[in-house]
Amino acid sequence: MEIKGSAMAGTLESSDASIVVAPNADKGIVIDLISSVEKQFGEDIRRTVKQVLKELDVEDAIVKIQDRGALDCVIRARLQTAVLRAANGKSFDWEGQRHV
Amino acid sequence: MFKLRRTMMYVPGNNPSMVKDAHIFGADTVMFDLEDSVALNEKDAARLLVYNALKRLDYEGTEIAVRINGLDTPYGREDLEAIVRVRPHIIRLPKAETSKDVRDIEAIIEEIEAKEGIPVGSIQLMAAVESARGVLNAREIAAASKRLVGIAIGAEDFVTDMQTTRSLDGMELLAARSQVLLAARNAGIYALDTVFSDVNNEEGFINEVKHIKQLGFDGKSVINPRQIDVVHRIYTPTPQEIHRSERILKASEEAARKGSGVVSLDGKMVDKPIIERAQRVLSLATAAGTYELEGGEAIAY
Amino acid sequence: MLTNGIGRELPEYIEGIGQLKAYEEPFSIQPESRKFGPRLSRVTPQDKKLLASIEEAIVKCGLKDGMTISFHHHFREGDYIVNMVVDAIARLGIKAITLAPSSLNSIHAPIIEHIKNGTITKIETSGLRGPLADAISNGIMTYPVMIRSHGGRARAIEAGDLKIDVAFLGVPACDSYGNANGHSGKSFCGSLGYAKVDAQYADRVVLITDNIVPYPNVPASISQTDVDFIVKVEAIGDPRGIVSGATRYTKNPRELLIAKYASEVIKESGYLVDGFSMQCGTGGASLAVARSIKETMLEKGIKASFALGGITGQFVELLEEGLVDKLYDTQSFDLTAAKSIGSNPRHVEIDAGFYANPHNKGCAVNLLDIVILSALEIDTDFNVNVITGSDGVLRGASGGHCDTAAGSKLSIIVAPLIRGRIPTILDRVNAVITPGETIDVVVTDRGIAVNPRRKDLIERLSKTKLPIYTIEELKEKAEKITGKPQSVAYDDKIVAIVEYRDGTVIDVIRRVL
Repeated sequence: MEIKGSAMAGTLESSDASIVVAPNADKGIVIDLISSVEKQFGEDIRRTVKQVLKELDVEDAIVKIQDRGALDCVIRARLQTAVLRAANGKSFDWEGQRHV
Repeated sequence: MFKLRRTMMYVPGNNPSMVKDAHIFGADTVMFDLEDSVALNEKDAARLLVYNALKRLDYEGTEIAVRINGLDTPYGREDLEAIVRVRPHIIRLPKAETSKDVRDIEAIIEEIEAKEGIPVGSIQLMAAVESARGVLNAREIAAASKRLVGIAIGAEDFVTDMQTTRSLDGMELLAARSQVLLAARNAGIYALDTVFSDVNNEEGFINEVKHIKQLGFDGKSVINPRQIDVVHRIYTPTPQEIHRSERILKASEEAARKGSGVVSLDGKMVDKPIIERAQRVLSLATAAGTYELEGGEAIAY
Repeated sequence: MLTNGIGRELPEYIEGIGQLKAYEEPFSIQPESRKFGPRLSRVTPQDKKLLASIEEAIVKCGLKDGMTISFHHHFREGDYIVNMVVDAIARLGIKAITLAPSSLNSIHAPIIEHIKNGTITKIETSGLRGPLADAISNGIMTYPVMIRSHGGRARAIEAGDLKIDVAFLGVPACDSYGNANGHSGKSFCGSLGYAKVDAQYADRVVLITDNIVPYPNVPASISQTDVDFIVKVEAIGDPRGIVSGATRYTKNPRELLIAKYASEVIKESGYLVDGFSMQCGTGGASLAVARSIKETMLEKGIKASFALGGITGQFVELLEEGLVDKLYDTQSFDLTAAKSIGSNPRHVEIDAGFYANPHNKGCAVNLLDIVILSALEIDTDFNVNVITGSDGVLRGASGGHCDTAAGSKLSIIVAPLIRGRIPTILDRVNAVITPGETIDVVVTDRGIAVNPRRKDLIERLSKTKLPIYTIEELKEKAEKITGKPQSVAYDDKIVAIVEYRDGTVIDVIRRVL
């Protein structure tokens, strides 16, 4: 999926994360994370971000995250939303997911 | 034992801190909302949030419902694509006007179930009527699908449609509530009452819950966890009711053991509806923790 | 390295502190020394106690490099006294002072400058918050801060472990000869329970007030016989920070749920009988428990003999309604409580030693039936942290936590199982204030765990419909939702020592990386 513009999802409320996805002219993935739980979950969040981007076939993007203690599933949801919005409102591939 | 649906708690679908553990407050059903509580430009975000939450979080057995947007909106179809795949117990359609609304949704659900290898029919439905037309068609709506487990009345839109406002005694809703109840009982499904929005008016809430319980509703939609215990308390049978129900069931078991088709208690005949009601009383009492149900035959709608 | 009774590793010796004595068990220490006595004074009929400035008082008390000064924290976030006095000491060029208040708050951030300029070189306190706490966690002090509980501080003072050279005590109402209380004046705070100990054991006592009242000011919390000097200033504190308005009952569903479970635990515990005693914290859940207990008391016709501790308006209400017979108050938490203590003879001011010193002839916590306490972290041995956040940074207070847990028959921790994404129950807490063997029940919004030592409680509670789990199960429940958190990384520098109430060391807190 190609990131065509800059888009945001999520909020700065507790248990949420505000995520901005933007094109990366220099190619590749850049993750800029500010988290209230950096010490405990910083690595975890970065791993999730990379995985979600891979699932969505995003190869070049700048991802800025302000995390307020969001659970893993919230980070996923917010990132998916931001990516789809940044890809000009592309639809999520519901069929392509595993639903076990 | 009856599946109790005394309380169905609304949880705004785009609120992560509420979505993550809405079930811990003890509502019989938790309903994640993608419809009225979500702004139009956040429909995609809420859908993905509820989708990911249902996929990954354990709601520890609590019945989960998701209220989707209507198929007449740009979001309804996409909501179904997402939500059916994470298999909530119930999908609730808003603003049902005709039985066709139910059947249209059912067709899409069936299609997705088949595609994903989900046993067809496993996702249940609930419909809400929120307009004069919907209320008038409640009878057909309630009987429109085998998947339907309940019909709810949504009062806020309804009173607007009726060109009136809500009052504390609920006079303006009496006809509609009665209609919905008749439709539910006719179809053998649950009847669920609308929300009471003023969370701080506990007395008004208590009066309304007593009122709708007396009318015959199985439960009420709640918008705040603080309302849950109030409803459950009102739906908890009294010791006298429990005692009488126990005696009725004992008499019924006795009759069954003797192979007698006629159940009698204190010289009076006890017929089937009374036995069912007694079972329901004991189910409610058990859920409220005031009674230990021993064995007992499971009956449900 | 020493390993103490709960398996925490401590150095045997710390520069500037001395040999550490490892914690063993809650009541293993048998004290052998005598009570410490302050220096005698001579005040003649001609002497006047009223001085013109804090500087003059400092000079007249003979404060010198290396001495120890003390304060109370009854003014909480509204306190002007600590900053005012330490500023004056710095202006006089006196260095290497040990700052030993009963506690410190966010308002004391200016102390950071005085650590940097060498005025303050050691700190002993119950709590630390805000920028000063952050600076200490980051290693600004040469010597570690000593963290003591309220009972532990009273013990240390009465035993002479903490020798106070000069106590500077802010008082809301005071006569010209040093009879003082917290009942009146624009800065009224209610009980002066912490200050009373300092007044009795410090070599020199300076009262600082903004409200001189006619002699004699009785009943006095602090007596003229203990007071050397009095200084009048414009304001001793900001009333908005001293007493909050009436503490309100929470509407937070999560806190209400925790309170519901905790109240059920209390009802089923067997301790809720006529004449019982209890202490509740000021947290939302704690206060909601108090309200629920009140309903049960009315239902069953039960009355409490006394309520203890930090007193809130809720308990004043119970007192006035006759549901609680007496209030023992070391610290008045809100306006209602602060007003009540001066007017209701059954609302009794007690000092921190009476409250919780384990080495006197019987403190009040020993007679406590039920206590509701909070926690930042709990480990699977039931050890509780209330001093550092999950990031390892200081941001809390020892308070009466370990004192009441040790004294009471039923100690209940109330806490959400998860805060944001941070689980409250861990394999190992970042710092231990209260040893697990004194904690009986942990109540969270997702389940309850009973300390396996309390087989009697397990038996009683397992007969109920309460969601009872083992503490390990609760921990796993949390981690299933949040994921397993990485442990906080520390370096070797010790920034704080946590002393148990008996004077032994229960833990040390290191600098976060």
